[in-house]
Amino acid sequence: MDTNSRKRELVKEFSPMLVKSSFLSNVWILTLIAIIAVGLYAFYLQLTQGHEITGMRDNVVWGVYIINFIFFVGLSYSGAFISGILHFFKTPWKNSVTRIVEIMTILSIIVGPIFILLCIGRLDRLYYLFLYPRIQSPITWDIIAIITDIFGCFLYLYLTFIPDLAILRDNSDLKLPPWRKKLYTFLAINYQDTPSHRERLHKITSIMSKMIIAMAIVAYTVLAWIFSLTLQPGWNSTIFAPDFIFSGLYSGVGVIIIAMYIIRKYYKLEKYIIQSHFVMAGYVLLILSLLFGYFTFSDYFAKWFSHKPADVNLLNTLFGHYFWQFILANYIGVIVPLFFLSIKKIRTIKSITFAAFIAVAGLWLNRYLVVVPTLETPYIPIQDTRPEFIHYNATWIEWSLSFAGIAAFILFFLLIMRLVPVISMSEIIQHERGLNTKEDASLKN
Amino acid sequence: MSSVTALAGTSLISNFASEEEKKPSGEKIRLLTPDGKIVEVDATNINKYPEALITPEESRKGIPDRKFVMVIDLARCKNARKCVESCQKAHQLDYNQEFMKIQLLQDNENVSPHWFPKPCFHCDEPPCVTVCPTGATFKRDDGIVLIDNQRCIGCKFCITSCPYSARIFNWGHKDKFDNKEIPYSPETQIPAAEGTVMKCDFCPDMLRQGKLPHCAQSCPMGVIYFGDKNEDIVTNGEETVSFSELINNRGGYRYLEHLGTKPNVYYLPAVNRQFPLERGFDVDEDIIDRYNNVPYVKDLKAQGKI
Repeated sequence: MDTNSRKRELVKEFSPMLVKSSFLSNVWILTLIAIIAVGLYAFYLQLTQGHEITGMRDNVVWGVYIINFIFFVGLSYSGAFISGILHFFKTPWKNSVTRIVEIMTILSIIVGPIFILLCIGRLDRLYYLFLYPRIQSPITWDIIAIITDIFGCFLYLYLTFIPDLAILRDNSDLKLPPWRKKLYTFLAINYQDTPSHRERLHKITSIMSKMIIAMAIVAYTVLAWIFSLTLQPGWNSTIFAPDFIFSGLYSGVGVIIIAMYIIRKYYKLEKYIIQSHFVMAGYVLLILSLLFGYFTFSDYFAKWFSHKPADVNLLNTLFGHYFWQFILANYIGVIVPLFFLSIKKIRTIKSITFAAFIAVAGLWLNRYLVVVPTLETPYIPIQDTRPEFIHYNATWIEWSLSFAGIAAFILFFLLIMRLVPVISMSEIIQHERGLNTKEDASLKN
Repeated sequence: MSSVTALAGTSLISNFASEEEKKPSGEKIRLLTPDGKIVEVDATNINKYPEALITPEESRKGIPDRKFVMVIDLARCKNARKCVESCQKAHQLDYNQEFMKIQLLQDNENVSPHWFPKPCFHCDEPPCVTVCPTGATFKRDDGIVLIDNQRCIGCKFCITSCPYSARIFNWGHKDKFDNKEIPYSPETQIPAAEGTVMKCDFCPDMLRQGKLPHCAQSCPMGVIYFGDKNEDIVTNGEETVSFSELINNRGGYRYLEHLGTKPNVYYLPAVNRQFPLERGFDVDEDIIDRYNNVPYVKDLKAQGKI
């Protein structure tokens, strides 16, 4: 088949996504911008009036912000891990989903760290982290790991974009404003789809795909260490880093399934994102729900069985003040996905997406229960203090900034999907090409 | 137990600051001392009088050859809260902000609860110092852990890593933070700054003047002994005793020893108490409300005793 005509065909097929801005999509974008604007206003208030207007106080000094931070960095880590694995094993059905995974990876590593900045009392002194760095501090490790991860993810995402950017640059059918043409020309860095170019790009991408797996695991492990290296009951646990690794994947796969569902429906991509994608992802989610349940159970079971006083106090808080949250996060958040994913008869696209939604919501709540109850149950009981210092309740400032973070994530997703098609064109071509010439692939390795 | 007189004790504790050796500049300055004598001192020493401002840079060094230690005698504490109040006054804290908290602890259900004054423990293995990303909080040679609020970025990691909940945060802006009349020193933590961390500092400004920290000085019961481990001597202002004999003879212990933080605050168990526990409820209603979560207080309230 002629590659060039196939390229033109694909661009034509995906052009509505790239060019047309429907009424509905404009409404969506405006709504998201409005949510972000409210968040920015909340940020302005927090900046001018201080952290006093958040719900954080002397005992619970970290709140919803750090939970969102863990959550988004977890999404990014799992995106990097999954996309690396898909590349590594040359998974046959990956073409339609890799780009969704890659966009999620990069956007969540941008949104996540913003939340940690919201936690910081003196943003004006942020540069002290580089001016007076102390390598002993896990925060310094975290900064190094996350900055490396951001660069790695950017580079990786960009590498996977280059062939498509070149296709869009070379296409003359597409009616685009001149600035976008220029942008494609600039970003495609003179990539010509010649065998030698292709081979080189493939090599680099394949190295990067392995590297970002390592970077992501390091970044997320160090994030888990921020908690587990302290002496606090509930945090000081060797299981924390592996637990973060698997629960991060659990939420990541969940978000990918939800994104697949929405994108498939909204852009009418039923031809590309097919039921077997959902079923495959559903299998992965099923295994992860078991692993997540297993890790969570092991952690709490050991605490309950050995009943050290500090652990017992923590469990009393979890099963007392946080009873329903605990049930929702650690029972419903595991059992409901398990139910919908393990019974073949009810394993439909809708039910898998529902299971994914429950998994993601449950996991966010689980992160909340990791952070807040421990801070509310320190070694020395909270006494001789103001009553409002005892329990944490997030204020509207924190919630609106949280929603602004989610809105920014979706908005950037929409904007990136306008820049390049959400289904990688070059990978479709590569896949079709690879079907005929198996030896070609073996030559590349 | 060997007990030296109070006078000898205070003189031993005094002159903490005068040990540093300086090269004389040759330039002499004549000064009038408080007791009316005229003395001639070298110009290099002129800023080194005990009350002098200790800059953030200088405050990192610590007072030479000292190793400060505190011993709290739980048998004498009756929640008089003078330590809390004098500390708040000296550090310009709000009514509801404390470096020193008085806990009501009960080790198990068979023993009676006791009052437990809790300052910062100034650990020898301080988790707060390890995790600080900018070195804003530091451990000095004299054992004191301080915070430089001009270096602090407010990440609060030190607060979450302290197992003793010793640290507090300035959540909002207050007018007193703008007071430029007193230059800032980590040794006094005045003026405080928004978005930074504070905690008990063992009052190094007082120690430099040969005085006890505010809490030890103000306690009417002499609960708090303070002194120097190198000289093996502690005093509560009334009696001065050997630190090692005090903790050995009276069963001194450190709270949550198993955490391995090696605190420099020791406790003497609440045996042969000088006051019944209930004397501690001789305080304002809103102070009693601060103990509402304690099971023992719940029982007392249910019985209508307080």
